[in-house]
Amino acid sequence: MSDIVIEARGLTKRYGGTIAVDGLDLNIEAGEVFGLLGPNGSGKTTTILMLLGLTEPSSGTVSVLGHNPLREPLMVKREVGYLPDAIGFYDQLTARENLRYTAKLSGIPAAEREKRIGEALQRVRLAHVADRRVKTFSRGMRQRLGLAELVAKGSRIAILDEPTSGLDPQSTQELLELIASFAGEGMTVLLSSHLLAMVQSVCDRVALFRDGKAGLIGTVPEIAGKVLGGVYVIDVEAEGADAKSAVSGIEGVRGVTPRKGGGIQIDADRDLRGEVAAAIVAAGGRLKGLSMSQSSLDDVYVRYFRTQEMADAA
Amino acid sequence: MQRKGSALSGMSTIAWKEAADHFSSARFHFVMLLVLLTAFGGVYGAIGEIKNTIGQDPFLFLRLLTTSKQPVPSFVAFLGFMLPLVSIALAFDGINGEYGRRTMSRILSQPIYRDALLFGKFVGGMIVLTISLLTLWLLVTGLGILTLGLPPSGEEIARGLCFLVACLAYAGVWLALSLFLSTVFRQAATSALAALALWLVFSIFWGMIAHALTAALAPIDPTDPMTLVNAVEWQTGLARLSPNTLFSETASALLNPQTRSLGLVFINQLEGAIPGAPLPFSQSALLVWPQLSGMVAAMLLIFTAAYVTFQRQEVRA
Repeated sequence: MSDIVIEARGLTKRYGGTIAVDGLDLNIEAGEVFGLLGPNGSGKTTTILMLLGLTEPSSGTVSVLGHNPLREPLMVKREVGYLPDAIGFYDQLTARENLRYTAKLSGIPAAEREKRIGEALQRVRLAHVADRRVKTFSRGMRQRLGLAELVAKGSRIAILDEPTSGLDPQSTQELLELIASFAGEGMTVLLSSHLLAMVQSVCDRVALFRDGKAGLIGTVPEIAGKVLGGVYVIDVEAEGADAKSAVSGIEGVRGVTPRKGGGIQIDADRDLRGEVAAAIVAAGGRLKGLSMSQSSLDDVYVRYFRTQEMADAA
Repeated sequence: MQRKGSALSGMSTIAWKEAADHFSSARFHFVMLLVLLTAFGGVYGAIGEIKNTIGQDPFLFLRLLTTSKQPVPSFVAFLGFMLPLVSIALAFDGINGEYGRRTMSRILSQPIYRDALLFGKFVGGMIVLTISLLTLWLLVTGLGILTLGLPPSGEEIARGLCFLVACLAYAGVWLALSLFLSTVFRQAATSALAALALWLVFSIFWGMIAHALTAALAPIDPTDPMTLVNAVEWQTGLARLSPNTLFSETASALLNPQTRSLGLVFINQLEGAIPGAPLPFSQSALLVWPQLSGMVAAMLLIFTAAYVTFQRQEVRA
């Protein structure tokens, strides 16, 4: 088992009568990319602020790299970089001056400062605009500047709150590549999002948030397995045989649902394409199409929240 | 629960950054230009008046600051009126501006305490005020040497420096007040308006308010002279709640060495005194000590209120 860098036990935050985060338990291991996933207002940002010690939990404990963010906030904040939702910079200062200010605040020695800032700007491909005022920066550039700040600080843990919200697809892709490369270098990344495709492409594990509770925690396939009943979705188009009854006997098939336009959709535990094809042919059918997709997080998300709502209504 | 690490780490970084921002901001340039123009207007008027009475006064340099020529008020009166405006311009968006720019959570996620941010903002403002006032004071002294052709005496310099300290304490009260308003109100425009409203109340209306309150609280009975004394004491007490009153009393005691008292003086207390004789500097300093400590206390009290409000605030908007 690898090292746990962030540990939360029974974390709860109440604002007046409303509960923003409700008894959250979380373990995040060193070097993983962990996604907090959930609709707006489900307690993701509040959780992040409590991990950083910027908000005091109503009850429960947090430990970040073995430090308590309330008791030793400076130790925690020295190691953790935070990229807030809708990040702001001092517009009248240049990119380099903005980074210099935060580098001074985080106590980086003067001898190293300029070198680290230069490298960080290079890393996020902002070196060519380093001496331009941030006023002229696009949203994507601001987000990348935010990542440069984390790099310059040398954070061991990066906490990113909705890093890609409001970005165009190309900027999103660039940002995700940067995040993935940080993780490749051993940085632990915790990111929150309501964009599922994004979380799926970079996260090792995710937690699904709803009403301040982490409903499900695990890898994307694990969660898909729990929610959808199957990890693999196989689409079959066949003629001349009752495909549904032919495949339903195969071991590992969790469910078969007919589709619009004639085909069927199979939820399966593993890759059953060969068995499915053989079964249909054996039943005398002609196989016209067979494709498999890993269930996307979108399906999981929609299905999960729908079943929860139905459970609530019942 | 004991926190670890110094509450002041990062404070000087923030203070110098704030000071640098102020010195390069158009807002500050505008306000300082206004102050410089009015200050020179006041001093210039004073020079014209002084030239008529030159040779009759041992404290010519101090007259430069306190003499007025109708309709231009004196330099000191101008400062009393304008310094709050400078302080308000420096701090009215100190805290809520960070929320508005969305830089607050990013700055607070650096390894510093919130205390450092608030202290830094205040100290940064004080740095700017100190540099500006010192420059202004030197400029006025230089102007005096050029036009009067006399160097200031040692006592005049001591009184002038003491007056500079009083200016700083007075500006500090307003700096703390506008910083407090900027933590209370989330909109910079609201805090600016609130600060300007208080500035108008204290610099223009407070005298009238104190007068009206005195009439209500300590009515004068024509048959009893003690009620008159009582009423005057009420009125000065109420007036001194305004930092502007404290400042103008301090200025008049420091810059007019003939000032013997800042309150009521009875005839029997003047027995043996030589009318119009100046007090030594140490006695004038003793006279303004309560006023000066009053301003410093008000500054600390208001800053503490800002501190408590800020510490309790949620970081997310």
